[in-house]
Amino acid sequence: MKVLITGITGAHARMVAERLLGRGYEVIGIDRRTWADPPEGIRVYKADVRKRPAADVFRNERPDVVIHMATITHFSGSREERLRINLQGTRIVFEHCHEHGVKHAIFVGRHTIYGAAPDAPLYRTEDEPPLAVTTFPELADLVAADLHAATALWRWPTLKTAVLRLVYTLGPLRRGTLANFLGGPRVPRILGFDPLFQMMHDEDAADALIACIESRISGVFNVAGPPPVPLSVLCRGTHRKSFEIPEALFPYISGRFGLPHLPPGAIAHIKYPIVVDATAFQAATGFKHRFDSHSVMTAFRGD
Amino acid sequence: MSKKVISRDVAERLSRLKLPFDAYGMDPYGISRAHLGLFFTFLEVFYKHYFRVRCFGIENVPKTGRAMLVSNHSGGIPTDGGMLLASLFFEGEQPRLAHGMVEKFAQTWPFVSHWFSRVGQLPGLPEHAIRLLQDDRILMVFPEGARGTGKLYKDRYQLVRFGSGFMRIALQTKSPIIPTAFIGGEEALPSIYHAKTLAKIVGAPYWPVPPYLVPMPLPLPCEVHYGEPLYFEGTGNEADHVIEGYVEQVKLAISRQIKYGCALHGQRRAGLSYEKLGERP
Repeated sequence: MKVLITGITGAHARMVAERLLGRGYEVIGIDRRTWADPPEGIRVYKADVRKRPAADVFRNERPDVVIHMATITHFSGSREERLRINLQGTRIVFEHCHEHGVKHAIFVGRHTIYGAAPDAPLYRTEDEPPLAVTTFPELADLVAADLHAATALWRWPTLKTAVLRLVYTLGPLRRGTLANFLGGPRVPRILGFDPLFQMMHDEDAADALIACIESRISGVFNVAGPPPVPLSVLCRGTHRKSFEIPEALFPYISGRFGLPHLPPGAIAHIKYPIVVDATAFQAATGFKHRFDSHSVMTAFRGD
Repeated sequence: MSKKVISRDVAERLSRLKLPFDAYGMDPYGISRAHLGLFFTFLEVFYKHYFRVRCFGIENVPKTGRAMLVSNHSGGIPTDGGMLLASLFFEGEQPRLAHGMVEKFAQTWPFVSHWFSRVGQLPGLPEHAIRLLQDDRILMVFPEGARGTGKLYKDRYQLVRFGSGFMRIALQTKSPIIPTAFIGGEEALPSIYHAKTLAKIVGAPYWPVPPYLVPMPLPLPCEVHYGEPLYFEGTGNEADHVIEGYVEQVKLAISRQIKYGCALHGQRRAGLSYEKLGERP
C-alpha cells in the first residue's frame, strides 16, 4: 500500500514515515523543505502542496493513503503564511485526494482547536464546538483547516476521511507546540492557576496514525495518550523552572526574562485545561498508548 | 511539608479512598491526592471542632457505585458543601469523595479555581455530572443553586425553586438520589442583607451580610441527614410535567429530612437527648 505524507520532513512526520516503512508500506512524501538523507525506500518530492508539482505527484504516484501533516502553528509562521499553508493547503490536498483516487485521507489536527475557557467541560468530545476560533485567534486557520477537512466526509463519501485531533506530543524529538513552550529557560505560568495538560509520547502519536490507517476509519476523532497532568507537575517532571506571573502583568513580561513570547490568546491556554475524550478513537482502532505521563516527561528530558 | 500537616485520620482514610491515582497522585479528573490530604485536614477542623457536625443516615450512601446527593443549600457561603464532603469522607466505613458542581464564576478566580479542580469540585456543567456518574462517582447537587445560599435568615429552611436538570441526569445515568438535609448552616451565617455592589465587584451572584457584618460563619453545631435512596425509572427525555413530578417527590423527601433535622437540631441546641423524636423519615 502506498502512503503519501505531506510535510514529511517535519520531525513527527519522519517518525511516521520510518515506522510505516518498517511495516512494509511504500512511503512517499511532499515538502517544501529538503530531507537530506531519507532512509532507503522513502521518496521525497520537494514541492509546495499548493503548487502544480504537488498535483503531479498525486497524478503520477496515485497513493492509496494520504496523511496531511503540512500545517504550521503561530510559533513558525505569520498569520498570512499560516492561512495559506494551513487552510489553502488543506483544501488543495483534499481536492487532490478526491481527484486522484486516494482511498483514505487523514488530516492530522490539534486538540487545541477546542479552546480553553473557564466554563468548558473538562473532557471534550468530538462534537464540542471549536472555541479556539474566538479564545485564541492565532489558531483560527487551524480551526478552519480542521473543519474544512471534515467537509470531505459529506462532499466525497467514497473517500474515507479521518480528521484526527491529537493532544500535544512530547518526547525525544523535542519538537512541537508543547516542546517549544517548555523549551525556554523558564516556563510561564499564571499565578493562581494550574491547568491540566494532556500529552502523548511522540512514538505513541506515530502509532496512533498507523492504527488509523490500518483500521481504515473515517470520521472525526480525538487522539490521546495517558491522563492529563497539571502544568506544575509537567514542569517538575521535565525539570523545567516555572515562573508564576500575575495575569495583569503577563503581556508586559511575555517574551522577556527568558520567557517565550506568547500571544494574548495563549493566556487562556495556561489558565484553563484543554483535555479530550479519546474513547471513540480507541474503540474504532483498538489503539492503546504505551507510554505513561512519567515516561513521556522523562523522554523529553532525555536523561 | 504537606505530609506533616495532614492528620492521621485523613491520611488513613485517604489511603482507602478508591480513586485511580497515577504515579503522580493524580486521577483523570485532575484530582490530586496531596491536595485532598490538605483539603480534608482543613475541613476536619471545621467538621469536628468548629461546627461539631453530627451525621445521620450515612448507611444510605452506597459504599461503591454512583449516587446523586441532592441537598438543601444555605448559609451565605457554601459551608454545607464542605461539610457534606467531610461527612462522606469521615463518617462512612468506606471513605468517599463527592463531586460538587461549582458555580462557573468561581472558575475565573485565581487559587480558588485551582483548588476546586484539585479536590474534584468541577464547574457545574451537565457534561461533568453525566461523566462523573457514569464513572460511578458520587455527585453532590444543590438544585436551589445560588438562590439557596443567598436565602436571607427570615427564609431559613424554606426550600426555594428546584432546577430540574439534576432529575433528567439521574434518569439518564440511572443513578439513585439520596435526599439530604444540612441543618445549622442558616444560623451559622444568618444573612440579613445582600450587598449588591460588592457582589458585582467580585463577580459573585450576591454578597451575604450578617448582623456582625463579616460574612464568616459562627461556630454553631450542625447536622447532616442522609435519607433513604430514591429510585426513578426513565430515560431523562420525559415531558416537563413528569420530571417536575419527580422533582417534587425529591423536594418532599428533603423537606421531611429538614423537618426532622430541625426538631433534632432544636433539641441539641437545648441540650436535650434525641430519643423522643420518633422514627426517621
